[in-house]
Amino acid sequence: MKKFDYLKPTSLDEVFSLMEKFGSNAKLIAGGTDVMVLLKRKRIFPDVLISLRSVPNMAYIKDEKDKIRIGSMTTHRELETSTVIKEKLTALYDAVINLGSVQIRNVATIGGNIANAAPSADTACPLLVLDASCLLISSKGEREVELKDFFIAPGETVMKQDEILKEFIIPKPSKLSGSAYWKLSRRKAMDLPILGVAISLAMNEDKSIKKARIGLGVAAPTPIRAFKAEEFLTGKFLTDEVLAEAGNIASKEASPRDSIRGEAWYRREMIRVLTKRVATISFKRANIV
Amino acid sequence: MKGMKKELITLRVNNEDYEIFTYPNKTLLEVLREDLMLTGTKEGCSEGACGTCTVLMDGKPIRSCLMLAVEAQGKDITTIEGLSEDDELHPIQKNFIEQGAIQCGFCTPGMILTAKALLDENPRPTEDDIKVAISGNVCRCTGYAKIVKAIKESSK
Ligand SMILES: Cc1cc2nc3c(=O)[nH]c(=O)nc-3n(C[C@H](O)[C@H](O)[C@H](O)COP(=O)(O)OP(=O)(O)OC[C@H]3O[C@@H](n4cnc5c(N)ncnc54)[C@H](O)[C@@H]3O)c2cc1C
Ligand code: FES
Ligand code: FES
Repeated sequence: MKKFDYLKPTSLDEVFSLMEKFGSNAKLIAGGTDVMVLLKRKRIFPDVLISLRSVPNMAYIKDEKDKIRIGSMTTHRELETSTVIKEKLTALYDAVINLGSVQIRNVATIGGNIANAAPSADTACPLLVLDASCLLISSKGEREVELKDFFIAPGETVMKQDEILKEFIIPKPSKLSGSAYWKLSRRKAMDLPILGVAISLAMNEDKSIKKARIGLGVAAPTPIRAFKAEEFLTGKFLTDEVLAEAGNIASKEASPRDSIRGEAWYRREMIRVLTKRVATISFKRANIV
Repeated sequence: MKGMKKELITLRVNNEDYEIFTYPNKTLLEVLREDLMLTGTKEGCSEGACGTCTVLMDGKPIRSCLMLAVEAQGKDITTIEGLSEDDELHPIQKNFIEQGAIQCGFCTPGMILTAKALLDENPRPTEDDIKVAISGNVCRCTGYAKIVKAIKESSK
């Protein structure tokens, strides 16, 4: 690894002034599970690493009246062992229990997973279907960006050079709603998804769909929502035909590519299969009788 | 390059305090093995994938190849050398030997520390709990069955 300086600011103000001072020569580091690998593979050459780990109050799960706030420095293990996440944000729970392995989850953060902006980021699809927003802050102030507008390209987001990701804001799912995530991979642990599908459904009393959200990972250059398939599902009842058509539409909205993990045609095929499967699980979790 | 100097860092490893003069780009794994001569912790992939470098940080298993030594200051680090007391092996170590869960031994330190963290948190894990816990530790020799059995034995 190239030599670098390592700075451990203990307040956000200090983080901002260091970011301003070093500009593009600095790299932020949270848990470091992506950054360390990039450094070792000589893909990045920062002069300075600015660690967020000594900044207080960056790791939390706040269960408020109609929102859940997750601090960007919260580790996947903290999410996995939180009853709020397990009971209320089930799609996110599905993602974090199979992310890496326990040794990775003990240090890797949700903020790092999203800021890194890999098309395969496991928490991205669940956060997309849970209508999460990102709170970005800089020395100048803060702004909220919906996650669906956050990713630009692999490794690229709307975050400016002077901004950091502070927290995720997630509206509390209504009653009669359920969500799920399915990571398609050769093994459950220690493998990035070939494809990831997350769905959340909010149901009406009569079992028709009030609101649908479909998130696809590794199906395009960034994690995406399948807006047309969502719109198609709205107001419908979950029959086999409806699910099959939703899968067809979602598959057409995707633009997967061939990669070492899987070929594009296979991903398209599996979007159909998984849309059906994950919607069925979400519906069951909505507990509508 | 300007500014990139060695730093004095303090690490607490196996209940002893060490002062080490090193570069900020050294990983905890490198410092453990090269400065402290604690070579029980192994380097396999060096990219977080194999689990041989697992150590405990404040009781939780982490990858020492992905952790910078500077970042490990102020934490309690346990390596495989820290498990035995005097000449007495830790019960998990004994069970690994008795159950034949060790062949070449390269994965063993990481496996045992991961198992210790599991058992400290959940003294009666199911076989599935054990398999999930060690899913980030690769063993090229044993086929895992005896490792799972050794951990199961240690939970009694
Ligand atoms: C062995 C292994 C297995 C893995 N398995 C998976 C897996 O199954 N699924 C998966 O999705 N990922 C996986 N990963 C990738 C990685 O662990 C995750 O993406 C993780 O969540 C990154 O978080 P971190 O805190 O370690 O980020 P870091 O490496 O510290 O940072 C990642 C990026 O985000 C930036 N950043 C971090 N925090 C902030 C912030 N608050 N504001 C602005 N920018 C920020 C950093 O500058 C950097 O560019 C794996 C990695 C390894 C090494
Ligand atoms: S050497 Fe650290 S995980 Fe392989
Ligand atoms: S005993 Fe050889 S790698 Fe596990």
